[in-house]
Amino acid sequence: MPMNVEQARKVFERVTEAIISHKEYLTELDSAIGDADHGINMSRGFTKAQEKIKAGAYTEVGGVFKDVAMTLMGSVGGASGPLYGTLFMRMSMKFGTKQEVDSADFVEAFEEGLKGILALGKAQLEDKTMVDALTPALEAMKAAASNGEDLPAVLEKGIASAEEGMKRTIPLVAKKGRASYLGERSAGHQDPGATSTFLILSAMLEGLRE
Amino acid sequence: MKKLMNKVDDIVVESLAGLEAAHCDLVKLHPSIKAVLRADAPNCKVAVISGGGSGHEPLHGGFVGFGMLDAACPGEVFTSPTPDQMYEAAKAVQGGKGVLFIVKNYTGDVMNFQMAADMLAGEGIPVAQVVIDDDVAVQDSLYTAGRRGVGGTVLAEKIVGAMAELGASLDEVKAVCEKVNANVRTMGMALTSCAVPAAGKPTFDLPEDEMEIGIGIHGEPGRKRMKMMSAKEIVEMMAGAIVNDLPFSEGDEVVAFVNGMGGTPLIELYLLYNDLVKFLDAKKIRIARKLVGNYITSLEMQGFSITLLKLDSQLKALWDYPVHTPALRWGK
Repeated sequence: MPMNVEQARKVFERVTEAIISHKEYLTELDSAIGDADHGINMSRGFTKAQEKIKAGAYTEVGGVFKDVAMTLMGSVGGASGPLYGTLFMRMSMKFGTKQEVDSADFVEAFEEGLKGILALGKAQLEDKTMVDALTPALEAMKAAASNGEDLPAVLEKGIASAEEGMKRTIPLVAKKGRASYLGERSAGHQDPGATSTFLILSAMLEGLRE
Repeated sequence: MKKLMNKVDDIVVESLAGLEAAHCDLVKLHPSIKAVLRADAPNCKVAVISGGGSGHEPLHGGFVGFGMLDAACPGEVFTSPTPDQMYEAAKAVQGGKGVLFIVKNYTGDVMNFQMAADMLAGEGIPVAQVVIDDDVAVQDSLYTAGRRGVGGTVLAEKIVGAMAELGASLDEVKAVCEKVNANVRTMGMALTSCAVPAAGKPTFDLPEDEMEIGIGIHGEPGRKRMKMMSAKEIVEMMAGAIVNDLPFSEGDEVVAFVNGMGGTPLIELYLLYNDLVKFLDAKKIRIARKLVGNYITSLEMQGFSITLLKLDSQLKALWDYPVHTPALRWGK
């Protein structure tokens, strides 16, 4: 089952709901090792993105992703605005003029998005960032897509791996972002960025399944 | 958590409106994006622009005016501004001689300013950036996002603003900013946490008899937690770390800057300054210029920071150059 424009809209509707309903949770995770604003900023950004795409008329999946990206970059602030903005912007560019994207298109675009995040944030695996959820998610999705699985099945694999990656951030000592200033004291806390990545992917699947 | 506000989402915009109303002779707000602009911009000089999360007032909006910043881009509380803010602000104040971004070293700030710089460069507007990273509390720069930009930012904005006002080129203005950053060191501490308004509760818990040494300006923890000590002992510990870091040596002339974090009364800041004077006297480091007050704050956090800047004749002259902004004024 590929994703069309309407489904892309649904996908971000669910993502927005998930981020809003986890606003306090994400902020709490961030106050343990950061500056207590991740949930607040992400909610603000996705609420604006949701308004934007609700009002927009689209013929291409990439158009929805592009508007989400632009809105996040212009309203989230912090590091997560440019980073998630880059993810969705690169994805939209890779989708090009496609009216529907299948699992192979999605994974290809996701890989481009992750490349953009790595170039901008310069984080490596195990730096205790969103990359720790994004990287295993991509690997799992790549494997599933090359087996010819459809988009929901591919996302499901990605989510499972993102969740494992997110949990693996707990013992890590942060090396990037504001948590890095804590040094050893950042160990024992789950990374808020990896958590929002897991939430976003999970909600995307929900939207896709509707 | 009690806060003086109307709607929590409107804190930044309403505060900016108040800043403009209180200082309309010096600053004006950008008509469409969140940015504080110098009332008489653009000038035929290099435009100096800074920005960052709100909650550090008077930084940066309070430093917009003659001899300092041409524009300041405030983000939400403790959240970096977005690229469109810096882009629009730069277009509004630049007069053709280029734009210098003074960026505090935080992951988000650096990314957002970089994106704005790319956008401006794409339109042929010359842009340079200097990232301020003066916080000696961060020791393992290799394993972190690097040292944070803190108190030294205030001194950089003052000195760089003077250089730009004198008509220097973008390269010269940038070089002075880099010189300030290379010669300035800061360390902060906190007695209590701050509370981000939208979060509604303190960012961290600190027991009554403990303090956080090496705190950043967002309530993010620093080097270590310690039992409370006397002001003199705290100043000696912090100033000692600063002096050893650059290092500052006997005979050096410095700007000594004692900064309140927002919730510290002036009676304590002056007491701390007194301890700092004694400490530096003993080390034979000469305080040539000084600044005491709340200039880069962390909402209502109780605590302070010490910043030392090693001066040469150029930096001293630029420090003395007239400045007229809402929060800093002399010579004019």
